[in-house]
This record gives sequence, structure tokens and C-alpha cells, in this order.
Amino acid sequence: MTPQPSMTAEATAQIIAQILAGEKHLFHNLIRPLERAVFVMLFGLLRNETDAEDAAQEAFIKVYRNLHNFRGDAKFSTWVISIARNEGLGLLRKRSSRPEEPLEPDLDGEAPRGDFTPAMLTDWREVPLEALERKELRQCLCRAILNLPPIYRDVVQLRDIDEMDVQETADTLGITPGSVKVRLHRARIMLQKELVPVLKGFAPPKRGLFGRRV
Amino acid sequence: MKIDCKHVWDHISDYIDGDVEPMLRAEIDRHLEHCEICSAVMDSTRNVVILMADERIFEIPRGYSERLHQRLEAVLNEEQS
Repeated sequence: MTPQPSMTAEATAQIIAQILAGEKHLFHNLIRPLERAVFVMLFGLLRNETDAEDAAQEAFIKVYRNLHNFRGDAKFSTWVISIARNEGLGLLRKRSSRPEEPLEPDLDGEAPRGDFTPAMLTDWREVPLEALERKELRQCLCRAILNLPPIYRDVVQLRDIDEMDVQETADTLGITPGSVKVRLHRARIMLQKELVPVLKGFAPPKRGLFGRRV
Repeated sequence: MKIDCKHVWDHISDYIDGDVEPMLRAEIDRHLEHCEICSAVMDSTRNVVILMADERIFEIPRGYSERLHQRLEAVLNEEQS
């Protein structure tokens, strides 16, 4: 899911100028490519569809009201996602009695690499791409992503789900590109460990002599 | 330079993103050719990354977009007056 797959920075700037000049209805088109990324970001934070949807509406209203503050030095999508993220974090702070989003120390570089060793497989057969279409896999991955510690989930969300680049992810989260890479690496390994048992189930059966299953 | 499995694992994520130096990449490729464990680890991690880009991982509530644009329409109109 790439926010604004076909809209160039120039096209975006042009539409924003038109909206600010009074063609307000164009705002609908401007944000359409970002609707999904904003919902997913907020769902990851709030864990509840209704709350995520309400927060998404509030976030887009803030985007609209602050549109004159947008400076072309960031990508529009990055700016919008940051606003949505702040909206979600604000709501979490209000809910602070609920412990689902514990604040965690910044562990980059401290934890030994050994804590992030991938699941090793001795009888791995390549999973055919069609198998990745299976719903069970998606559900398992969705749960695994939601269960990641927040600092890792954030990075996965922006890099692998929203498909932002390293620099945009770093800017959105206010961390260095190096931290983005370290966290992404660890997150992907954690997800690999969770998903491998399920993935293995979708590998083609091993064939014995004369094509018999073993 | 010959690299071991552990060294390969340290670079899985960057390797998948095409973000390793050509020299190191060549070393990793050579290692993957003969190490089944590392190619399985690489392959399964790549599957995870492919899956994450699938839009169906997170389902959007039915009617989300319609409700969002209705609400925005109300805000847009309100601020016109």
C-alpha cells in the first residue's frame, strides 16, 4: 500500500493550492489514497475498529484545518501519517489507565543480536506464492504484528505496510535511519519466528521415491 | 572473506531491502548457495515481508470511506459559511 501511488509532489502541491484557493471539494480526492494507511496506523495503536475510525475522521479534519501549514519539504503522505499518529497517541494518553501501550525504553543497540535469532528450519521447502493468498496466514501475521512491542510495530507499520522509505519512516517517528533499520530487522525476525510454523504448513509435501508422499 | 550463518542473519533485513554493499551481497549469495538453513531463513523472512504488503492483512470496516467523506463534507460546508 503506497500512499499516493500516482500523485507526484507537484500534483499534490497543485491540488493543495487549489483547495486553499477555495476549491474545497478537492480535499476528498487529495486524501483518498491515504485513507487506508491512516486507518491501519490508528488500528495498530488503538486496537479497536470504532476508535480507529473515529480517530481517523478527527485526524483528516485536522489535516484539512492545517492544510495551510503544510510545507512541501516533507511528503504529504508522511505529514498526514504523522498527524494521524499524534491523534492516536493523544487518545492513548487519555486512556492511560489501560496498559495496552506500555512505554518502553529505547533498546536499540543494547539488546544482544542473539535475542533476535531467526527460526531455523531444517526441512524447509519453498512456499509457493499462491499459498501466501491463504487467509490463515494473513490472520496469523495480523495478530503477530499487533503483538509486537510498540517500537517495533511502528517501524513495521510504516516501512512494510505503508511502504514508506527509511528516511520518511525516520522522520515520522523522530528516530535516526539507523534505528529504523535495526528495529525493522528485529521486527521482521520476530515475525518470521511467529509465522514459520504456519508457513511450513503451506509448503508442498515432500515427495519420496516414485513421487509418493513421505 | 568467508562469512558464517550468524553473519548472514545479521543482514537478512538489509539484504531483502537491497541495502547491502555489493561485496557483502556477493558473499551472502555465495553462502546461500550452499547453506540450506540460511536460504530457508531468508526465504521465509522474504515471505513475511511480501505478506505484509498485502492490503488484506488489515481489513477496513465496511463503509469506513463513505462515513469519512460524509463527515469531511460536513466540515467543508460548515467552514464555507
